[in-house]
Amino acid sequence: MIQEEEKSPMKFQRRTVLKLSAAALAAPAIIPGRLAANDPIIFGAVAPKTGPLAGGAAVTHWPNLQLWQTQVNAAGGIMVDGNAHPVEIIEYDDQTNPGETIRGVQRLATQDNAHFIITPYGTGLHIAAAPIFDRYGYPQVCVTAITDQGSELAGQFPNMFFTLGATTPFAGDVIRVLTAMRDAGQIGNRLAMVNVADAFGIELMAAGMPLAEAAGFELVYETSYPLGTQDLAPVINGVKDAAPDAFVAWSYPPDTFGLTEQAMIAGLEVGAYYTAVATSFPGFNARFEGAANNILGAGGVNPDLPSFQEYEAAHIEVTGQAPDYWASATTYGSLQVLQQSIEAVGLDREAVSAHIKEADFDTVLGPMHFRDNNFNQAYWTVGQWQDGVFRGVASQNRDGVAAARLKEGWA
Amino acid sequence: MMSTTDIRTIAIAAVAIGVCALLPLVDQGYWLSIGVSIAMFTVLATSWALFSGPTHYISLATAAFFGIGTYVTGSFYESVSFWLLLPAAAIVGGLLAGIVGLATLRLSGVYFVIFTLGLAELVRQVITWAQNMTGHRGTYVLLDFGSRSVEEVIYWTLLGLAAIVYLAGWLIGRSRLGFALRIIGDDEEVARHSGINTARAKVLLFMVPGAVAAATGAALAPRYVYIEPALAFTPLLSFQVVIMALLGGAGRLWGPLVGVIPFTLLWEVISATFPNQTTLLLGAAFLVIVYVLPRGFVGLLERARARAGGGA
Amino acid sequence: MDILITGLLLGGTYALIAMGLNLQYGIARIMNLANGEILVAGGFAAFWMYTAGQTSPYLTIFVLAPVAFAVNWLIYVVMLRPLVKRAKSRGQLEVDAILSTFGLSFVGVGLMLAAFGGDYFNYSYLATPVTIFGDNFGLNRIASFIAAAILCAALYLWLNRSRAGMSIRAIAVSPESARLVGIDVARLSAFAFALGGAVTAVGGALLSAYLTLDASTGVIFTLKALIIVIMGGVGDVRGTIVAALLLGVIETLVASLIDPGLTLAAAYALFILILLFRPRGLFGRGAA
Repeated sequence: MIQEEEKSPMKFQRRTVLKLSAAALAAPAIIPGRLAANDPIIFGAVAPKTGPLAGGAAVTHWPNLQLWQTQVNAAGGIMVDGNAHPVEIIEYDDQTNPGETIRGVQRLATQDNAHFIITPYGTGLHIAAAPIFDRYGYPQVCVTAITDQGSELAGQFPNMFFTLGATTPFAGDVIRVLTAMRDAGQIGNRLAMVNVADAFGIELMAAGMPLAEAAGFELVYETSYPLGTQDLAPVINGVKDAAPDAFVAWSYPPDTFGLTEQAMIAGLEVGAYYTAVATSFPGFNARFEGAANNILGAGGVNPDLPSFQEYEAAHIEVTGQAPDYWASATTYGSLQVLQQSIEAVGLDREAVSAHIKEADFDTVLGPMHFRDNNFNQAYWTVGQWQDGVFRGVASQNRDGVAAARLKEGWA
Repeated sequence: MMSTTDIRTIAIAAVAIGVCALLPLVDQGYWLSIGVSIAMFTVLATSWALFSGPTHYISLATAAFFGIGTYVTGSFYESVSFWLLLPAAAIVGGLLAGIVGLATLRLSGVYFVIFTLGLAELVRQVITWAQNMTGHRGTYVLLDFGSRSVEEVIYWTLLGLAAIVYLAGWLIGRSRLGFALRIIGDDEEVARHSGINTARAKVLLFMVPGAVAAATGAALAPRYVYIEPALAFTPLLSFQVVIMALLGGAGRLWGPLVGVIPFTLLWEVISATFPNQTTLLLGAAFLVIVYVLPRGFVGLLERARARAGGGA
Repeated sequence: MDILITGLLLGGTYALIAMGLNLQYGIARIMNLANGEILVAGGFAAFWMYTAGQTSPYLTIFVLAPVAFAVNWLIYVVMLRPLVKRAKSRGQLEVDAILSTFGLSFVGVGLMLAAFGGDYFNYSYLATPVTIFGDNFGLNRIASFIAAAILCAALYLWLNRSRAGMSIRAIAVSPESARLVGIDVARLSAFAFALGGAVTAVGGALLSAYLTLDASTGVIFTLKALIIVIMGGVGDVRGTIVAALLLGVIETLVASLIDPGLTLAAAYALFILILLFRPRGLFGRGAA
């Protein structure tokens, strides 16, 4: 006992010393001013390389950073004040942990003195990082954050911009596609809707259910299943027993694959089959081949757009893999937004944010602007695998919408 | 009775915590965010060791209580003051720990370990399911503390919690409960024969980390802003806490602290320097520590002390 | 009826996940938190062989098993044996095993990430329907159920009929007495650990035909395997099989009749109940 009491003060002294030396080391952040010619512009990036969201980030997020950096540098760099500056990207792995995301963004802002920081990956990590982006005045051009709270968030964090859309129009467009198919006499009125019990699935379900009912659909089956469910046979069997005309799953990557394989095995006969995230991954089509034909999914692109075709070819050439047909191009587009703003107003982050708020941007997805409450109002919402190509079949204010086709069998 | 050493200990502790509290005045950014991590793991690991040190039970339930705490804040912060939510979360966490303790502390060794792990997953599933049933839209904690930044307030809150945990640990060490626990830790049979209610002692003590972890979760919710089960109940947290506490040494009140600080800094250095091999190197560093420091940093320090003492 | 079959098929999957850990924990006394990473690595091998050369996972396992055996044997001899030697008590070994295999699981994730990136790896194999009693089931699940049954039967027979198997069971019951009757505990422990790793890797290869894996998913399987092993009773092949099947059937029952949202909650509730009433697991020996 005595020994212990003697030791206790030591603990506190040690900690004090450490804290003080830590504080002494904390040099004030250098505000980057003018760059010498050829100095690189430093971009920071924090996103999952490991953890539950790593699989999605490896398809959608990281390859686009690599592609963009390669292309910009091949073209000489970003033009600031008449000089071309190469792009340098500092990458951190946040291990899908919001605490690490926060620390990574902090580190980029204050230790690495990054000129700009690329937004993280996934709704939760985006929003966890928002206060730090805000504190240091970094513009945050969000991609994989789908939320209905956009205007509140943009109110609190004025430099936060949203590119991929909001929850309600997202769910609404799925219902719109189904309604159009029903009104054309292609499918009946019976709808089965399931969701993965995680933030994303729960939000879309909450938004989608009333919309489906308002559109006059009869909900014959609705349920949720936990993230990480290894066998989705009971869900698909329940759906099958309810004999719906259309099936909608607000799903995440592992279960998007699991549901579809099970639906294929059970021979689920529906005129419209929708799964959400990862349906647009090239791996989805590669795995299910013919059976993927006419499956609806979240996202979509206009594959006939020359700028997109060019982007897709470059993506395959530089990264060795095809982009996904939803958020990949948007991720790239968000980097173009940053790039074009920097070229317009220079490295002053406040000016860049102000520019993003006002200007029109030309991206691989087509034109984009953020004048409505920091929200890009032109985005794809529903796509469909049509003969090996994932085509957008519904969008908010985007051109090139294809007609949705009837799902006929799993051959 | 308070001896002079006691008074000195308390005074030095108070000064030390006071000095730590100055950190936000020096740096609001990077070092403060590391400070938050250190403070958080100090609170969690020290309270964990209060129970696991003397009883040798390894609990992996930290994430369960932590997650419950974040949900207490996430669900009620709009209607109830943030400062009331912290004790509320502590009460909820403590009660749950009490119930769990009553049911399970007769399990021995590894069964208890896996049980607590299952508990965290069970709680997470039930909360997710309830959220789904109520058609809950995303849980956002947008708190504003006026002129003070959220990070700063959270840091001070965690320091306050750390002070409470140390005080509690110190008092328990001096109390009948602490005495009973030490006997239980040495030999449970002996304890039972000498008339100690071992079950009650263990349950009471298990409530401490439960309550503290819940309060920590409640305090950190505004930092995460967006609360979702996968992030709030991440099993990794439970393992991190165990590992930091064991690295430091669970047998001493100050043991976990000497595990938390080097580990957090090491984690930070590895994350910053090797972004593509972060996980690989963390694992490797970890293995090195396990093999080189079998008794934790406490063991190392005590050996060094013993050697110094022997030489003198 | 379809609920029962679906449940049993899922149980087969779970048996594949847990059987290897049971050998490692029950006999070699190592609570291996890196078990899931071995499983994912096995799945990756199958994926790679399939995409590179259209090789069936059911052929891959014959190459995979000896490789995984060797790797796990090395892991045990190099990393874990020093811990076993240094541990003064069972409790000390448990703590050391948790710490070191947790580090090992990080290393495993890191190595897999470096080797093949963080992308999902999935392919379709034998995803054709088979009709049993009027309902359709995936051929890949049925095949892996059969494989699980063969594996479990072989392990059971080997442990109960062969001399080496009996010695191994003796270690599971009491390492001290085993040593006294002249059993080479150290060698057989290494053997059991390596065998467990091989079984896990084979399980991963079979599962990859219908589950979507990535470098970071191992921990999910580790948690499930731990729960099944503890539920069934440590060191008992029958227990693990019964627990796996029971869990599969209960999850499917809850999903089909109550709410799929509660499947995992039901699984953990079942686990907790079993622990409370039979603290040593369904087939556990002795009192808690």
